[in-house]
Amino acid sequence: MTLTAREPLGPSGPSGSGPLGLSGPSYLDDIGPRHGLLAWITSTDHKRVGVLYLYSTLTFFAVGVLLGLLMRLVQLSPFHHLVTAQTYNALFTVHGVLMIFLFVIPGLPPVFGNFMLPLMIGARDVAFPRLNLASWYFFMGGALIVLVALFTGGGPPDTGWTFYVPFSLKTGTNVTLAVFGAFILGFSSMLTGINFITTIHRLRAPGMGWFRMPLFPWALYATSWIQVLATPILAITLVLVMLERLVGIGIFDPAKGGDPILYQHLFWTYSHPAVYIMILPAMGAITEILPTFARRTVFGYKAIAFSSIAIAGVGSLVWAHHMFTSGMSQFAIMLFSLLTMVVAVPSAIKVFNWTATLYKGSIDFQPPLLYALTFIFLFSIGGLTGVMQGALAVNVHVHDTYFIVGHFHYVMFGGTGFAFFSALLYWFPKMFGRMYSRRTAYVAWPFLFVGFNMLYFTMLVLGLQGMPRRYYNHLAVFNTGHVVATVGSWFLAVGLLIFFANLVRARFRGAPAPANPWGGVTLEWATSSPPITENFETIPLVTQGPYVFPEFPDSDEEGA
Amino acid sequence: MNQAAATPAHAHRDDFGAKLGMWLFLITEMLLFSGLFLAYAYMRARYPAEFHHAGGEMNAVLGVTNTLVLLTSSLSMGLAILAIQRGERSRALLGLAVTILLGLVFLGNKAFEWTAEIHHGNYPGSKHLATLPPGEQVFFGLYYTMTGLHGLHVLVGITMLTVMAVLVARGRINQDRNVMLENGGLYWHLVDVVWIFLLPLFYLAA
Repeated sequence: MTLTAREPLGPSGPSGSGPLGLSGPSYLDDIGPRHGLLAWITSTDHKRVGVLYLYSTLTFFAVGVLLGLLMRLVQLSPFHHLVTAQTYNALFTVHGVLMIFLFVIPGLPPVFGNFMLPLMIGARDVAFPRLNLASWYFFMGGALIVLVALFTGGGPPDTGWTFYVPFSLKTGTNVTLAVFGAFILGFSSMLTGINFITTIHRLRAPGMGWFRMPLFPWALYATSWIQVLATPILAITLVLVMLERLVGIGIFDPAKGGDPILYQHLFWTYSHPAVYIMILPAMGAITEILPTFARRTVFGYKAIAFSSIAIAGVGSLVWAHHMFTSGMSQFAIMLFSLLTMVVAVPSAIKVFNWTATLYKGSIDFQPPLLYALTFIFLFSIGGLTGVMQGALAVNVHVHDTYFIVGHFHYVMFGGTGFAFFSALLYWFPKMFGRMYSRRTAYVAWPFLFVGFNMLYFTMLVLGLQGMPRRYYNHLAVFNTGHVVATVGSWFLAVGLLIFFANLVRARFRGAPAPANPWGGVTLEWATSSPPITENFETIPLVTQGPYVFPEFPDSDEEGA
Repeated sequence: MNQAAATPAHAHRDDFGAKLGMWLFLITEMLLFSGLFLAYAYMRARYPAEFHHAGGEMNAVLGVTNTLVLLTSSLSMGLAILAIQRGERSRALLGLAVTILLGLVFLGNKAFEWTAEIHHGNYPGSKHLATLPPGEQVFFGLYYTMTGLHGLHVLVGITMLTVMAVLVARGRINQDRNVMLENGGLYWHLVDVVWIFLLPLFYLAA
């Protein structure tokens, strides 16, 4: 499809209607017999489900941030006795569980995937709208169980988010219930995956072949396959932990002939691919944002599309690099080290294609682009420190140190987190029909960027110096690093506060946004802001690739 | 999975999509069991003699009987689908009734078998089991986990088929709209296939 003219930025007339969504009530208006909250939690509209996910995941994110801040604070000596060592164990466990299972995994696919996937492929909804709403209920149910587990039984789990046996079998804390909550959350993730795969196969607009599909849906497609193929392994592993704790079946218990290493294998068979559930959709969102602000078709469309599939494939074969020090055979270690290096290749393909997309582009520097570039920078550090750990000798040295903590925060927060922020800034006007203050979005950035790097780069250094992760105390030699990191966490918190205050204000008082504030050319910009309930008045007919800009009509790489 | 028959009016009906979704769901089910099959393979390679010995305590006659029961139920399930596609509602209901009944027989046998094993002291946490070598303890741990999870699936299948029988009786599932029943059949066959692997792994291990 082609949009004839780019609309001016900022408020433009009474409504933000687009060429394919001219009239009708927006999805934000209650059109059924129910009103208010009840209308939202019973709606199968993919846009409403996406917004439900947005609000719920951000709530859990806020709690996770507060726990993280508290953990950092405890490392300063005046505040060290705010919590006991046992509470500190609970803090890092709950921080990890909340952030991973309730924010990063359900961050991009259920929020922006739900909202944008049908819009971007020119569909009216996902393939199974009621199942989609059911996924949200599973999500909230699982979250509720996890939260209940914190305050009942033996108290919050203290095992770390990985629930490693044998400790998770012996501890008196409420591991069983927390694990059950994670099991239910897995259902939610799996059902979303099934829904998206079917949607992409069956509901693309007429004329939209696989290679005319935008790259965010491509990334979601790869992600969904991981969700379908990997999540059941986590489910059965968690079931085994529960059974082990409840009746003692002995499969992970060496005293009964079981093997704790088997747990690690099963756990990481899911949990490493899960890392790609977290990062792939983030990469997809970045791939949408860069062409829009470079006013240029994406460089290497097919390479980016296939690298998503390659990451999903190879990423499923690297899990044991979490276990180099656990006593596997030397051959297995060598093989997994090699595969770990290999998985860096498709990720690097993406990074190079993104930078090449910017080259000779006509760059329109807007907040989403700033955050997208930050993503590339931070993700590159995260990715490269990951390759370092893939090397055996380094791995043994940095195992279970702050280096690991720094690394995965660069990937998960600097990568997925900043991509989430970038996507939020990019699609916010579309989702809510309102524009935030772009200046405030810029103001938040230095706090976030400086705070982030003070916090996590310091962790990388601390880790190389030998600071072990998950320790309540630290030696005096690490004092400076801990102070720097904690002060960084304050900058980061201020940045987050400014960033989200801006969006909350815009949600209620922002100026009306035009249908296409950024001059994007994918289909979601063709409908109104916010989109009408039916998405499009008529389903569009797709006649060319996804990133053909009117300024450069010949830029269709496919030549279709 | 069977949303296609009941989506809001604006969504178009897509039987192929509904089946695709069901197959994806079946993949997740297979992988759920595959985690346990993996654990079994590893443990059996580790304790071949103990698995051989513990497998001798299984009641092979009951196991084979249950296999025949489940296989027959898959046949009646298939016949029920065939009947609904031909518009023969009462035959479809008969097929479903037989399938549900055989499912219940399977669970009854299973309950009988578990009761007998527990009576022999072969259950996790028992004093008798603790005296056995580690490999045999793991065998029984896997036995209860895998047949238990499978039994749970049979129970879910029976519940689902009962609901579908009601829908058939009310004409909500009919000659024209029967993808839901087909999907139900796919699920039932999966449960059947899993059992076909469980039979040799436990009952014929000796």
